[in-house]
Amino acid sequence: MVLAASSAESTTTAVVFWVLAIVSVGAALGMILSPRAVHCAVLLAVVMLSLAILYLTAGAPFLAAVQIIVYTGAVLMLFLFVLMIVGVSAVDSLRETIRGQRLWAGLAAIALLALLTLTVGHAAIGPAAPAGLRYGAGNVKGIAVLIFTRYFFPFEVTSALLITAALGAMVLAHRERLSPKPTQRELSRLRIAGEHPTPLPGPGTYARHNAVDFPALLPDGTPAALSVSPIISGRPGAREAVSEALREAAGALPASPAGSPGPVAPAGDGTGSNGQEEPPS
Amino acid sequence: MSPGHYVALAVILFVIGAVGVLIRRNALVIFMCIELMLNAVNLAFVAFARMHGQLDGQVVAFFVMVVAAAEVVVGLAILMAIFRARRSASVDDANLLKY
Repeated sequence: MVLAASSAESTTTAVVFWVLAIVSVGAALGMILSPRAVHCAVLLAVVMLSLAILYLTAGAPFLAAVQIIVYTGAVLMLFLFVLMIVGVSAVDSLRETIRGQRLWAGLAAIALLALLTLTVGHAAIGPAAPAGLRYGAGNVKGIAVLIFTRYFFPFEVTSALLITAALGAMVLAHRERLSPKPTQRELSRLRIAGEHPTPLPGPGTYARHNAVDFPALLPDGTPAALSVSPIISGRPGAREAVSEALREAAGALPASPAGSPGPVAPAGDGTGSNGQEEPPS
Repeated sequence: MSPGHYVALAVILFVIGAVGVLIRRNALVIFMCIELMLNAVNLAFVAFARMHGQLDGQVVAFFVMVVAAAEVVVGLAILMAIFRARRSASVDDANLLKY
């Protein structure tokens, strides 16, 4: 694909360009406006993929492949991994903490846009050079020749950069263990000494549904709040499920006899059920 | 499409990324906006390479990608270290050097 090779192909290129321009600008706007970081990452993937196709239409098939492999494949996956560690549920509050920050940011953006537009408008951006072999089948070969002749030294320095970055990431992400690792004996002792020696009850047992957000029913018909993971029960919709289960239990079963244990309070960290429980503090 | 169109799109994407860096609080999202700006610059490089009929711009864009990958690796590691210490990914909370 080359620019303006023939009229039909240039029409196709124009359609592709305008569609991808609108898609990428819309996705970029959505990225800076959406409060959830995961949505931002997905929208950034949209931008990067449309840019890859734009590289194809601009005669850079090698860069298009590298864009998809390195950016969409590696960099965005790294973002998503870190997002999983830092917390997916963390919603970035869009409330401004510095007064007037939005206003000044908008003004600065308009100034930057005006500056760049004037600069680019004044620059003599000519038409595309006649399409040669180096934008089609010979693209990879041409880039390889350039990298290994004219840009050989920067290319070698790049390897040092990559090694340094890998070492830096390892040093920064390394965490010293401050307390000795608990042995299996200590873990089992903690488990027996704790409140729940057995594994935690699974969700939905003896209830009408066995969805993960639906608490299990105890023998007296009361829902066991411990059976639902605190991560799930913390979500807005899950509370309604729990209260629905309470209502169902109250309606379907006679009132529980006095003195029976009520709903079990959720543990502080109920996710680890097999011997990983924290000791009661 | 002339290279000017591509450069105009690159300018718009760059400004959007700059606005994102200015208005967002989550350090991860700020990182993503920086990536967006780097991508916009790459698009401009490719467009100029197309205009001049040389492949040098594409090689520079390739190097930008390499540097961006290295930057993301180190940046995200720093972010995780900060998150471990402060339990937050917000740039407002990393203020130990402020007072």
